[in-house]
Amino acid sequence: MPSLKDLKNRISSVKSTRKITKAMQMVAAAKLRRAQEAAEASRPYTERFNAVLGGLAAAAGGSDNAPKLLSGTGSDQVHLLVVMTAERGLCGGFNTNISKLTRTKAAELMAAGKTVKILTVGKKGRDAIKRDLGDHFVGHVDLTEVKRVGYENARDIAADVLSRFDAGEFDVATIFYSKFVNVVSQIPTAQQIIPASFEDEGAGEATLYDYEPSEDAILADLLPRGVATQIFAALLENAASEQGARMSAMDNATRNAGDMIDKLTIEFNRSRQAVITNELIEIISGAEAL
Amino acid sequence: MADTMQFDLVSPERRLASLEVAQVQIPGADGDMTAMPDHAPTITTLRPGVLSVSGPAGSEDYVVTGGFAEIGGGNTTVLAECAYAKADMTQDILDQLIAEAKSAHEAASAQALDDAAKLVADMVAMGEQIGLSAS
Repeated sequence: MPSLKDLKNRISSVKSTRKITKAMQMVAAAKLRRAQEAAEASRPYTERFNAVLGGLAAAAGGSDNAPKLLSGTGSDQVHLLVVMTAERGLCGGFNTNISKLTRTKAAELMAAGKTVKILTVGKKGRDAIKRDLGDHFVGHVDLTEVKRVGYENARDIAADVLSRFDAGEFDVATIFYSKFVNVVSQIPTAQQIIPASFEDEGAGEATLYDYEPSEDAILADLLPRGVATQIFAALLENAASEQGARMSAMDNATRNAGDMIDKLTIEFNRSRQAVITNELIEIISGAEAL
Repeated sequence: MADTMQFDLVSPERRLASLEVAQVQIPGADGDMTAMPDHAPTITTLRPGVLSVSGPAGSEDYVVTGGFAEIGGGNTTVLAECAYAKADMTQDILDQLIAEAKSAHEAASAQALDDAAKLVADMVAMGEQIGLSAS
């Protein structure tokens, strides 16, 4: 049975924990709104971009001299997995879920006899998969110093990936990130970015465009940008997911702390009552003994 | 024939402009071009330069650094990788852009060297056009 003092200390410690988690929840809520706005703001660009690129790719996809970014290298032996996670923890299952998906995919690929290379973005994911897949790491992008992900960050990552592709280091690149559905639900997602894959949506959209300079030149110009755009979209989704996950995790933590305080307070009151009763019994029995 | 068309200027980070315009002057990769309502559908890539639009609400200038423009019958959409309203463009931003272009030029492989050099030259020309000097 803990003493009254112990209980009191315990209650005050849980109370300060609750204050912290409450504060984190509110900060996450504010950041989530900002992240959602950023994701919202990028949508027009991404949508138009993909529509145009999709149309171009559909036109050029069949030809033999299509750019490698579109048609692939002709093999799928070496896979590059770009694992994008958060720089910070305390965000529920966010990092764990992405790492888990990565591990499953990597295991599948290795079972099929493929070579796996991993590029990590974000410290937490790197730490999480280091033990299992540490031998496959080829690089790491540190975003610790970045307060708000911008297009430049995506462009830098894309440049890194593309230079590796040009150097023939891999055949297929897949990004792992978390898709933001709502505050309580984020879906870890794997998306292939090289060779580029587009859903066939442009069946009705058969406008004939003039191309300047040439169709091929535009395609060659746009495909690398497409990689950056997809990475940027993923980074934004990830940022929103992270804050969403943190918000709900901290909400849970705050509620648990509240429950715990209630329970501890009841225990505290009971043991205080017990002490009083004990003292009374001692006094009364002492008085009776006289 | 319509007098105006819908014009959108979007960058990955935000939508800079969405308005009705009478004409748009686009710094295309192969030279400037002006799009007016009912222009033939065209897709062109951009070089760094000044994009100016004029319409019923007056004219406005934007600085773009690359990307592409999609011109359709009733609307023109410019997807710029990086865009600023001309008033927001400062010497600092220009210096930074030129520095980036120069370092890309230095790092460029032999086959991409010409493109990178053109990028630097375009950046400098763009700066002069809007009255900023390249350091």
